[in-house]
Amino acid sequence: MQAIGLQFVDWVIILFYFAFIIGMGFYLKKYTKSEEDFFLAGRRNSAWVAGLAFLSANLGALELLGMTGNTYKYGMYVAHFYWIGAIPAMLFLGIFMMPFYYSSRIKSVPGYLKLRFDEKTRVLNGFTFAIMTLLVSGINLYAMALVLHTFVGWNWDVSIWASAVTVAAYVTLSGLMSAIFTEIIQFFLIWFGLFLVSVLGIVEIGSLGEIMRRVPEAFSKLWSTSGDPTQNGMMITWGGIVMGLGFVLSFGYWTTDFLVVQRAFSAKNLRSARFTPIIASFFKMAVPFIVIVAGLIALVLAQDPKSGFALMSDGGKLNYDSALPMLIARYFPRGLVGLGITALLAGFMAGQAGNISAFNTVWTYDIYQSVINKKASPKHLLWMGRMATIVGIVLSVATAYWAKSMPTIMDYMQAIFSWVNAPLFATMLLGMFVKWITPAGAFWGLIAGMGSSITMYLAVKFAWIPMSAVTLSKVASDMAANFWRAWWAWLICFVVTIGVSLFTRKKPEAELVGLVKGLTAEKVGEAVPWYKTPVFYAALSLIIFVLLNIYFW
Amino acid sequence: MAENVKKMKPIWFFVGLVLLVMGGVILASGLYDLIARVESKTVLARLHPNIWWGGLMVLAGAIFVLTNKNARVE
Repeated sequence: MQAIGLQFVDWVIILFYFAFIIGMGFYLKKYTKSEEDFFLAGRRNSAWVAGLAFLSANLGALELLGMTGNTYKYGMYVAHFYWIGAIPAMLFLGIFMMPFYYSSRIKSVPGYLKLRFDEKTRVLNGFTFAIMTLLVSGINLYAMALVLHTFVGWNWDVSIWASAVTVAAYVTLSGLMSAIFTEIIQFFLIWFGLFLVSVLGIVEIGSLGEIMRRVPEAFSKLWSTSGDPTQNGMMITWGGIVMGLGFVLSFGYWTTDFLVVQRAFSAKNLRSARFTPIIASFFKMAVPFIVIVAGLIALVLAQDPKSGFALMSDGGKLNYDSALPMLIARYFPRGLVGLGITALLAGFMAGQAGNISAFNTVWTYDIYQSVINKKASPKHLLWMGRMATIVGIVLSVATAYWAKSMPTIMDYMQAIFSWVNAPLFATMLLGMFVKWITPAGAFWGLIAGMGSSITMYLAVKFAWIPMSAVTLSKVASDMAANFWRAWWAWLICFVVTIGVSLFTRKKPEAELVGLVKGLTAEKVGEAVPWYKTPVFYAALSLIIFVLLNIYFW
Repeated sequence: MAENVKKMKPIWFFVGLVLLVMGGVILASGLYDLIARVESKTVLARLHPNIWWGGLMVLAGAIFVLTNKNARVE
């Protein structure tokens, strides 16, 4: 089932990319001397470098293929993931949370939990994050091999091992710095490699307005059909979008997931760290001009029998993920095909490198140094970080093979995000903004939040309770169930944390200085004109976000 | 101490290098197809996207490389 044929010039481009990033690993190794260099890229990145890496760590090829396919399936509603499902949370991180994260000089998000609460909360989060990261990394590998096998006809095992060895080589050599470098190169490759699909699609169909006219109304609107779940493809109400996606899942991911937050920690100073998610927010809002537009183009072409365009089908079932590769095959001549495939490969490998660099940091500091070897020297920790990278890659490969044998693994993956990130956001929010929240409250709140999320998932999965008990509506998709379950997990964690904190011992205020609002000096306003402040750019981003939502209402 | 700190080329230089090389290969391939009249079966092939898109990448790459060729960061 080979859809895209590669010619010599395409191979030149792909092989050049592999050689280039391994070369980058060797070049950067010369500048990776200390543990801080390896785990935090020496804390010397500018806001632009950290900001683009912050965005790219999330912009994997899995997401590009999946979201284009989802647009074909659900229409414009997928843009909610890029706008309300990202922008408010990114701006909140930059304006309100970053001063506590950055100023405490922690090396990881679990590290903040140790300072603010205690060791057991840190270890609990460290373990859950490490497991989640390895699973996501393995899924990335599996998805990449699947895509290359299906669309380009490459051998499954060769695809997995070639990319795993490449990522292992450059992350082991220079840690977070090489992960960040490849993420930024990936950012440019994705724009140059995939935006052209949207451009050529618009040229073929006539205009963006013509595309919107040709898709069903429920597929071209963002909010006007959200009052009734039967009127939109995602079968969800605005309440589920706002609370589940816009608040809990989005804030849970963008403000607490160490994979993305680690990029901001690598910034050279607090101002750059605050600008990191704010700069990323502008580019995040632009990503739909690749994925959403391409998905709508695929939909319009598929509806027109004269176009000769169709998605691939597996056993009579449409393969939505094939939308983007099929458009590449439709429009790209040789050379550009190599660029498009390289953009997808770069996305997969950068996604995997991001997970592995976050894993080696959390393993080394929050599990190994915290539980196994408390007296480890900085030199030993650097060695451990390199070993953790290699072991992490091997475990990812094992996870990828496990994923291959589990046809519904993607379903479990989405659930895992709502188990780990959603309750953690309640813990972080209370920890940073309420000084009387206690260590016992945080620990038991997290346990209750994660436990309830897993229980709800299993209860619906095995039909112990109807899905409507979670989603509060008779009609709901799996996506809607994810949004609502995340909301309940957050709420349960929030309530239990407060409840337990009322009856347990508080930490002395002296130990919370710099970690909690109200006990931290407000030093975030540097002596710069108002138009150069993070707040000004966050406001600008927010205005664009509001205008986009109104325009596509 | 400060003079002992090794300084490396900024990431923007390497971004430029990647765009320059890849864009150059795509542009050269597009020009060859045009001159040798190689027929492409892709939709909108008459617009020769590999020529103007490859050219755009070369231009962007050259700007990044030239503006950062002497730059060094810690």
